[in-house]
Amino acid sequence: MTNLPTHTDKKLGLVIDLDTCVGCHACVVSCKGWNTENYGAPLSDQNAYGKDPSGTFLNRVHSYEVQPETGAAQTIHFPKSCLHCEDAPCVTVCPTGASYKRVEDGIVLVNESDCIGCGLCAWACPYGARELDQAEGVMKKCTLCVDRIYNENLPEEDRQPACVRTCPAGARHFGDLGDENSDVSILVKERGGFDLMPEQGTKPVNKYLPPRPKDEQIDILAPLLEPIAAEPTGFLGWLDKTLEKL
Amino acid sequence: MHPAPSIIFFTVFSGLGFGMLAFLGLGKPDVSGFTAFVFFAIAYALAVGGLISSTFHLGNPQRALKAFSQWRTSWLSREGCLAVATLIVMGLYAIGIIFFNTRIGMLGLLGAALCVLTVLGTSMIYTQIKTVPRWHHWTTPLVFLSYALTGGAFLTGQVQITAAGLVTIGILQILAWVIGDKRFAASGSTIETATGLGTIGKTRMFEAPHSSKNYLMKEMVHVIGRKHARNLRIIGLVLLSLLPWALLMFFPFSHMLAVVAILAHVAGALTTRWLFFAEAEHTVGLYYGQRG
Repeated sequence: MTNLPTHTDKKLGLVIDLDTCVGCHACVVSCKGWNTENYGAPLSDQNAYGKDPSGTFLNRVHSYEVQPETGAAQTIHFPKSCLHCEDAPCVTVCPTGASYKRVEDGIVLVNESDCIGCGLCAWACPYGARELDQAEGVMKKCTLCVDRIYNENLPEEDRQPACVRTCPAGARHFGDLGDENSDVSILVKERGGFDLMPEQGTKPVNKYLPPRPKDEQIDILAPLLEPIAAEPTGFLGWLDKTLEKL
Repeated sequence: MHPAPSIIFFTVFSGLGFGMLAFLGLGKPDVSGFTAFVFFAIAYALAVGGLISSTFHLGNPQRALKAFSQWRTSWLSREGCLAVATLIVMGLYAIGIIFFNTRIGMLGLLGAALCVLTVLGTSMIYTQIKTVPRWHHWTTPLVFLSYALTGGAFLTGQVQITAAGLVTIGILQILAWVIGDKRFAASGSTIETATGLGTIGKTRMFEAPHSSKNYLMKEMVHVIGRKHARNLRIIGLVLLSLLPWALLMFFPFSHMLAVVAILAHVAGALTTRWLFFAEAEHTVGLYYGQRG
């Protein structure tokens, strides 16, 4: 049913640290790698080795330049995937009931055998989190690696989304954002995590952590690295001057 | 938004078909026998042809029947259910008129009301989309209804109603453009709110996440042809409203003239409907440093 649940037991989601992300795209690759061979239809590519390669991805990394009022511009890498919104507009527009939000953990999923590929859910999503697979004609989206996080065949440390598991910078965190004592909730509270496009009223579960202020604190080691002697004195000074005259 | 021909044909022609059926349901014109058959055949060809055209953009059209199940929340599903209900009711009504020379007035009235609701349903598929601020406004259903009813009046030969409709359609279309042009800015969504980086400063895209266009950009960040929008609006409006209105008002009525006027009107409707999609900006464009 495409009615949204009034309450979900958990609000599983991601917290993405824009301060730490180095824009390496490892999460993009690991996401594609896991999801092309697991849940649902593979993530196809079109013209992969040709002039205009394109393909289905559930996670993409944009890079932005932000110019503060004063000071230097900052480059910020910005990974973007489904935010598993509480008020997910993609679910209610679905005509077939293929799109749904799970009551137990709040994950938004697509039942691909019911999807007619009309694309209306992709239109309804403000964030561009859904992509219609051009080979299968069904809508693909982040599943929060639902086939990893509960998978008892995997070692415990692997029971988290592939993007989180692979991030070499530790910029991605996974947990229950409905539990205010969870690590991710504390992180959001302490770092001032925010929603994307709150004016759209989607109430995203995923949160983003802002980049920390840059170039404000002077490095405490910097004074210790001052040059000790600018000009040589004594015998060395005499030698220096004499050699320069030659 | 990508102006897919299948969707343009669907909205224009199914609108015309249901508009025509609405007038036939009200007994305008009060025809019977073979004449009635021709009228209903044209109306059904337009309505059903439009609906079939809409399935051409589906990834898996073989499962289209499932789309009738989610009428509780989905306008696309509601539109499908309403369309089928309308076609059944009007079918029974048409059988009475064509084969038994009996017009069941109440059934026709019900059918006409369902026709209006179906067109409203079609328009709500777009109106409900908050991510496209231009569409998410009361002008969208009014424009769709005025197109369907004016076209329906035209095709059923209701000259007076058509003339009034052509003026209404022109005014509503201009209103929709004037209001629509300001809707994206009024929505408050910017690249700064999309990325949440506005608290630091002015944001611009530094590097795209992929080197060539993907589904999102092809489907929702359509910018081709927008530079001709102004000219196309004028051409569309002249063909849609002004020219057919002038032909009906200032020339002695003849069937040839009516055919020319209808063809101009439909060509105008296809042009402005192309613009309805091509000019619509989706918030996802913000992530690519482009307004949809």
